Amino acid sequence: MSVLGSGIFKGMAVTLKNFVGSYFDKERLTTNEYAWQANDKLPERAGDYPKEEAEQLSDTTTVTQYSRNFPMLLHDAGEPMDTVRCVACQICERECPPQCIYIEKSTEKKERSGNKAQFYPATFDIDVSVCMSCQICVEVCPFDAIVMNSQFELSTPSRFGELLLRRDDLLKSNDYYYKIHPEEASARDKRIADEKAAKEAKKKAAEAAKKKAAEAKSKSEAEAKAKEEAEAASKPTEPSDTPPAESTATPSTEPPATPTTEPEKEGSAE
Amino acid sequence: MTVAAPNYELVQQDGLETSLLEVSMGPHHPSTHGVFRMDVKLDGETVVDLKPVFGYLHRNHEKLAENMSYLASMPFTDRLDYFNSMTNNWAYALAAEQLVEIEIPERAEYLRVIMSELTRLVNHVSLVGFFVNDLGALGTPLLYAFREREKILDLFEQASGARMMCNYFRFGGLRCDVPDGWLDRTREVVDRFPKFLDEYEKLLCENEIILSRTQGVGNLSKELAISAGITGPMLRASGVNYDIRKVDNYGIYERFKFRVPYSEGDVGDCYDRFMVRMLEMRESIGILRQALDGIENGPIMGNAGKVFKPQKSEAYGRVEAPKGELGFYLVADGTTQPYRYRVRPPSFINLTVLQDMCIGQQVADAVIILGSIDIVLGEVDR
Repeated sequence: MSVLGSGIFKGMAVTLKNFVGSYFDKERLTTNEYAWQANDKLPERAGDYPKEEAEQLSDTTTVTQYSRNFPMLLHDAGEPMDTVRCVACQICERECPPQCIYIEKSTEKKERSGNKAQFYPATFDIDVSVCMSCQICVEVCPFDAIVMNSQFELSTPSRFGELLLRRDDLLKSNDYYYKIHPEEASARDKRIADEKAAKEAKKKAAEAAKKKAAEAKSKSEAEAKAKEEAEAASKPTEPSDTPPAESTATPSTEPPATPTTEPEKEGSAE
Repeated sequence: MTVAAPNYELVQQDGLETSLLEVSMGPHHPSTHGVFRMDVKLDGETVVDLKPVFGYLHRNHEKLAENMSYLASMPFTDRLDYFNSMTNNWAYALAAEQLVEIEIPERAEYLRVIMSELTRLVNHVSLVGFFVNDLGALGTPLLYAFREREKILDLFEQASGARMMCNYFRFGGLRCDVPDGWLDRTREVVDRFPKFLDEYEKLLCENEIILSRTQGVGNLSKELAISAGITGPMLRASGVNYDIRKVDNYGIYERFKFRVPYSEGDVGDCYDRFMVRMLEMRESIGILRQALDGIENGPIMGNAGKVFKPQKSEAYGRVEAPKGELGFYLVADGTTQPYRYRVRPPSFINLTVLQDMCIGQQVADAVIILGSIDIVLGEVDR
C-alpha cells in the first residue's frame, strides 16, 4: 500500500501536465473559427455570389461539408421557378416524422426547361421550429429536389413568422449545393446522370421490343382475322358470342406507365 | 428591518421529539441528470426511504411510432438515449429486419460494429466524467472526457451529418457510406484513445477520495440484480457475466475477440460499476481495431425495397447498448405502420433498484448511487 494521499498527487500531476500541455502540446485543441480551412479566412468564392447568398455562404463555411441543418429546395441553373425540380408529389410531406412540411400543388402544369410539363409547388412551407433535421425528406424524394442546407444562423426575434420558411426562401441553386456539400452534390449528380442514362437505354430497348411486339401482333392479328373470316365463311348463320379480336388486343396496345406516375404509385401503396 | 435570531437556549433537549424529514430532490436538482425527482425520507443524514418519481420528460414515443411509417420512427429513436443514438438505431433496425428478411451487406455490418463501439466509448467516457462530477470533482475530469468525446462526435458528423442525432442506420444497412478517409481518421482516434485512458485512470482510479466515497456504497447483490432484470455494466458489476454481444452474437460480433469485464466479488458497489466501465472501454478499443482491420469495400445497403411493408408478424430485437439491454418489440399487421411498438429501455429498468441501493446510505451518497446507474431521462420517460 502506498502512502495515503499519493493517489491524489498522481492525479494532480496529470492535471498539471494537461495545464502546461494546453499551451505547448501539438495535439491541443484550440478555438479556431474556420478550423477546416487552411488559411483561416473566409473562402474567396463567397464573394462571387450576390450579397444575400454570400452571407449565407459565410455562415455555412464555418461548419464541415458533411453537416446538415434544415432542408432546402433545389433548382437547376436559370430562373428558380422555371427550373425547380420539385413536382409537388407530396411524398416528403407525408413521410416527414414531425410533420413540418406543408405543400399545395399547383392547379395546372408548367413547362420546365428541357423537361415536359409538370406540376409545381404553389406553396411549400417548412416550419423549422418543428423540423428535426432528420433528412428523411431527402431520402424519400424521387426527384432529388430536396436536400439539406447547412445554414444555421437563423435566430430571429419573431416567434412564428420568420421560422416558417416559404417556398422562395427554400429555393437554392444547384451551384449553391455544390458550394456547401461538394462531395455529396457531385455524388448525387453522378447518380442522376447514371440513372438517366440507364433509363434512356431501357427506353430504347423497350421501344425496340415494342416495335417487335407490334410487328408480331399485326402478324397474329392478320392471322386471326383470316381465321375468323374463314370461320365466318364456314358458319355464316351462327352469331358469335366471343368478343371480336380487336377488343382483346386493345389493352396491350396501351403504352406502359410513364415514369411520372411512379411516385403516385408509391403513394397509393401507403 | 431586523429579524430576531432564534434563541437556541430555549430549546429543551430532554423529551424532544424527532421526526423524519421529507425532502424532494429534483426535478431540477443538478445531480439528477435531467428532470427526475427523488422523494427522500431522511433520519438526520441517513436515507430511510426513497421513491423515484419520473415522467416529466414523457414524449409519447411509442404511440407516436404506431402512427407513422416504420422508417419515420428511426429519427425518434435517436432521441431516446441521446448519448447513444447509434446503438438505439441498431436495436430498432434489428427488430425491423426480423420482420422482413433482408440480407445485410458485409461492409454495413462492420460499420455498424464500429459505430456501436465508438458510441460505447462516448457513453462510458462521459459517464465516468459525470460520475466524478457528482462526487464533487467538478469540471476537470468531465472536461477531459468531453475533449475526447468531441473527437468521436466529429467522426459521427462526418459519417452521418449530425453529431448526436445521427439517424444513420436503415433497415438492411446504413443510410450512406462513410466519406473517403474516414476510416483512417477513425483509426487515428482509436489509436490515441488508450493514451487518454491511461491518463484518465491515473487521474481517477487511485484517488483516495474517490475510493473512500465509492467503495461499499450502494451495494447491489447478484440475486437482486438478476431478479430485478438489471442489465449491462451494472449487472456485470454485481458479478454476473452476461453480455448480449456474447449471448446473442447479433451483427457480426462472433468474429471479434474480446473479453467481458465483470466483478468477481459479490459486492456490486459504485466502485465496481465505475471500474467495469473503465475496463469495457479497453475492450471496445480492441473490437474497433479488429473491425477497422477487417472492413472491406462493398455496398452498404441491402435490398430493402422502397416501401417497408412487413407481413403480419412480431419481432424483438435487442442489442447491448452501453447502458444495458436495449430492446424493441414490434408487432406488424401488414400495413406500413407498426401495430405495436414497445421499447425496453435499459436505464428505466436499472433505475428500479435505486431504492434498494439507497436505503441506509447517507443522503450525499444517494447522489453518487444515482450517478453510477447511468440514466438518461430521455430513455427513462420516453
